[in-house]
Amino acid sequence: MLDQDAAIPLRADLEQHLRECEHCEITLSTTRKTIQIYRSHELYELPDDLRERLHKAILAKCRKC
Amino acid sequence: MAAYEKLVRQYDRQVFRIANHIVQNREDAEDVVQDAFLKAYEKLNQFQGNSKFYTWLVRIAVNEALMRLRKRRTGRMVSIDEDVETDEGSMPRDLADWSPDPEALYGQSEMADILRKTIQGLPPGFRVVFVLRDVEGLSTEETAESLGLSIPAVKSRLLRARLQLRERLSRYFKRRDLKQAQDGAK
Repeated sequence: MLDQDAAIPLRADLEQHLRECEHCEITLSTTRKTIQIYRSHELYELPDDLRERLHKAILAKCRKC
Repeated sequence: MAAYEKLVRQYDRQVFRIANHIVQNREDAEDVVQDAFLKAYEKLNQFQGNSKFYTWLVRIAVNEALMRLRKRRTGRMVSIDEDVETDEGSMPRDLADWSPDPEALYGQSEMADILRKTIQGLPPGFRVVFVLRDVEGLSTEETAESLGLSIPAVKSRLLRARLQLRERLSRYFKRRDLKQAQDGAK
C-alpha cells in the first residue's frame, strides 16, 4: 500500500480491511507519516564552506592519480 | 576532470547524507565522501554503464562507510547484516494514533534531534535500506544493487525499518490527549 506495489485485487481487499480495522489503519497512516517526516527533514546538511573544502580536496587527490 | 567535477557537484550532498547516516560521525563522514569520490574516479574505467552511475557511486560510498565504522570499532567486523534478526517492530505495539501535525509539537532543532536519535538506533542493515529507499529515493532494484542484497531482502528490511522507526517515534508523536489519559491511568 505504501509503495503502490499491490496488485489490484489485493489492493481492494486491503482497502476493505482498512475500512474495518482501526489498528491496521493507524499502523498504516503512522508509518506513512514516518516516511514523510524523514523525507522532508534534512538531517545532515552540507554547508557551503565544507562543500567547497571537500571539492578542493577531492579534485586535488584525483589529479594525483 | 571538469566532467568529473560536475559529477561531484551533482552527487556530493547525497553521498554526504548517506555517509553520515552510516558512520554517525561528522569527521568520518567527510573522509568517506572524499574516499568514495576518489575511489570512483580511480575505477571509472571499470564502470561499465550497465547501471546508473549514481547507484554505482552509492555502492562505493556504502562500502567506504562500513570500512570506516570497522576501523573505529577496532577488530570488530561491521556489516549490513548485523542485528537484522531482531523482532523489534515486527508487531506494532504502540497502537495510539499520532497527533494530526506531529511537526508542530516540537521546535525545528528539537525535531531534528529526535529524528536523528531515532534513526541512529536502528541496526545498520535496516538503517541503510531505509535511507536509500525512503530518504534518497532509490528504487528497490537500485537499493539492492547498491547494497549487494536480493530484492526480497531489501523489501523485508525496509518494512522492518519503517515499523521500528514508527514504533520508536510513537512515544514522541502520539496524540497528547491519549498520552495524558494513559499517564493518568498509571
